[in-house]
Amino acid sequence: MNDQSPVRGGPPNLVQRLAVATPEPIAGRVRGLSDRSIAWLFIAPTIVLLLAINIFPLIWTIKLSFTNYRANRPNAPVRDVGIDNYQSILTDPDIWAAMQATAHFVFWTIVLQTLIGFTLAWLIDRKFRGHGFWTTLILIPMMLSPAVVGNFWRFLYQPQIGGFNYFISFFTGLPPSSFEMIGSVKLAPWSIVVVDTWMWTPYVMLICLAGLRSIPDYIYEAAEVDRASPWRQFWSITLPMAMPFIMLAVLFRGIENFKMFDMVNLLTSGGPGSTTEVASITLKREAFEKWRTGFSSAFAIILFVTVFGLANIYVKALNRVKQR
Amino acid sequence: MSAGLTTAHSVVEPGRLSKRIATIVVVLYAVLTLLPLGWIFLTSLKSPPDSISYPPKVVFQPTIEGYCNLFTTRSRQTADYIKSLPPPSGSCEQIARDRNMVVVGTSNYAPRFLNSLIIAFGSTFCAVTLGTLAAYGFSRFKVPLADDLLFFILSTRMMPPIAVAIPIYLMYRELGLSDTKVGMILLYTAVNVSLAVWLLKGFIDEIPREYEEAAMIDGYTRLQAFRKVVLPQAATGIAATAIFCLIFAWNEYAFAVLLTSGEAQTAPPFIPIIIGEGGQDWPAVAAGTTLFLIPILVFTVLLRKHLLRGITFGAVRK
Repeated sequence: MNDQSPVRGGPPNLVQRLAVATPEPIAGRVRGLSDRSIAWLFIAPTIVLLLAINIFPLIWTIKLSFTNYRANRPNAPVRDVGIDNYQSILTDPDIWAAMQATAHFVFWTIVLQTLIGFTLAWLIDRKFRGHGFWTTLILIPMMLSPAVVGNFWRFLYQPQIGGFNYFISFFTGLPPSSFEMIGSVKLAPWSIVVVDTWMWTPYVMLICLAGLRSIPDYIYEAAEVDRASPWRQFWSITLPMAMPFIMLAVLFRGIENFKMFDMVNLLTSGGPGSTTEVASITLKREAFEKWRTGFSSAFAIILFVTVFGLANIYVKALNRVKQR
Repeated sequence: MSAGLTTAHSVVEPGRLSKRIATIVVVLYAVLTLLPLGWIFLTSLKSPPDSISYPPKVVFQPTIEGYCNLFTTRSRQTADYIKSLPPPSGSCEQIARDRNMVVVGTSNYAPRFLNSLIIAFGSTFCAVTLGTLAAYGFSRFKVPLADDLLFFILSTRMMPPIAVAIPIYLMYRELGLSDTKVGMILLYTAVNVSLAVWLLKGFIDEIPREYEEAAMIDGYTRLQAFRKVVLPQAATGIAATAIFCLIFAWNEYAFAVLLTSGEAQTAPPFIPIIIGEGGQDWPAVAAGTTLFLIPILVFTVLLRKHLLRGITFGAVRK
């Protein structure tokens, strides 16, 4: 991706030499717009749009985060409160509860999705008959709208009329109305983990599959010659060589689930109580229900910085994978 | 997943037993993972009493009542009044009258669905246009700080939507863009353009430079070469990118629920609030969900070769 030239190796051909032979300024005058101006003409609209819709609002948010502004009282006097908002966020037990709910959600979804996703990829890599068809079917959930998914799982989780409890009772023998996935304080945090795992395991699987297929055959052939056991081959070839891909999937799921909003909002809306109130839901409540715009701006900035840090690591990981 | 994902393992071909076990586990997982979707589809064909029966019914008399309720609004009437009406004009009217109701109008589902279409296609068109231009710029020219700009472009997509929505809400209120299609198209374009640039840069990088250079020797200007040589070559990539942008805009919920309430509201915030008499009308919700998901199923099949690329911003290509 960083490679500027699509031609790797090989002698430069006539066309390339000719192109180099024409000095740039002359070529520009003869052929209309210069390359430099075309480059900027092409890139500028995107940059301008992102500055207007992302960066300008971001700067606005930073400014608001030092005030006590409330969006539902636009005419009230706005007072500068310095770093009070940041201080009260870092000492607010509700915010820490939300961060804990987020951590529980992110940790368990990553663990489950990586385990199941990698196992599936490892099995699909056996290339049995029809594996392409079944892979496509498995991929369907991750393409759906998380909001619509959250909403219909709310139906599936209904203790008496939904299908989930009957499914569980079929396998475990528990009476189907003896437990409530989204109604009980104990099970609710797991209800969102289950739905997210159902939805995003295919994502991890697809990336792991690419990782497994990037391992060249000759390495396994060499291992066969050396009579390495399948167990040994798995731990010293398969897993280490697929690791950059697994890390990429983990990082991306981590970032996405750290900012999770839509699915959880429709499935549990943070409840019961605030047991499933992940960071984005707290942010929505502060910003759009309590209208504490200044306070929530400060919280938004804290979330920004965290995601930005993760994104930085993510891009480094992307580049490492690309070099393969 | 067909050619896109297959490379033959030669000597280390897995044994028959291991293949058989793999088949069983994968097929089992696929069936398990599709059960919830099947359940929703079945629910969309149930009558409201069947949908909330205890225990849930697997065998039932299918009806289109859910779809009727999704598209219409009804009001309860006395049996005498219904008897005095002329014969029903359609099957939906008939179903309503069997429940002592008459159809009084159309629901908001169709306009919301239409909004989803307009906003998804509008923003996709803008994002892909801007993205193609920028991707070509990054792919073919030495842009100062190119890596930093590309990181900046990608990082805008990583921002938590609720955090972005706070200032956008205030900004749109000032500009009069709240609850307008133009506002939503602009916003989704900004979110999608980052994906478009990254994906399309990958696709354009794969087109040999010599094609354009040969065309320019033949007297084309750089712009003509871009239009007549690069664009046709990148057509598949552009189409795949467009489908990814469409899916994102189609599925998006957070911005839609916070920034729209009526005129520009899309389907995802609308489907959960479909209610009938005495609580949620689950068959109508399931019907709305089914109709909303069908385009995505089609797109998934169309995209299957490019999925991996799309979900990793173009990094993993095999």
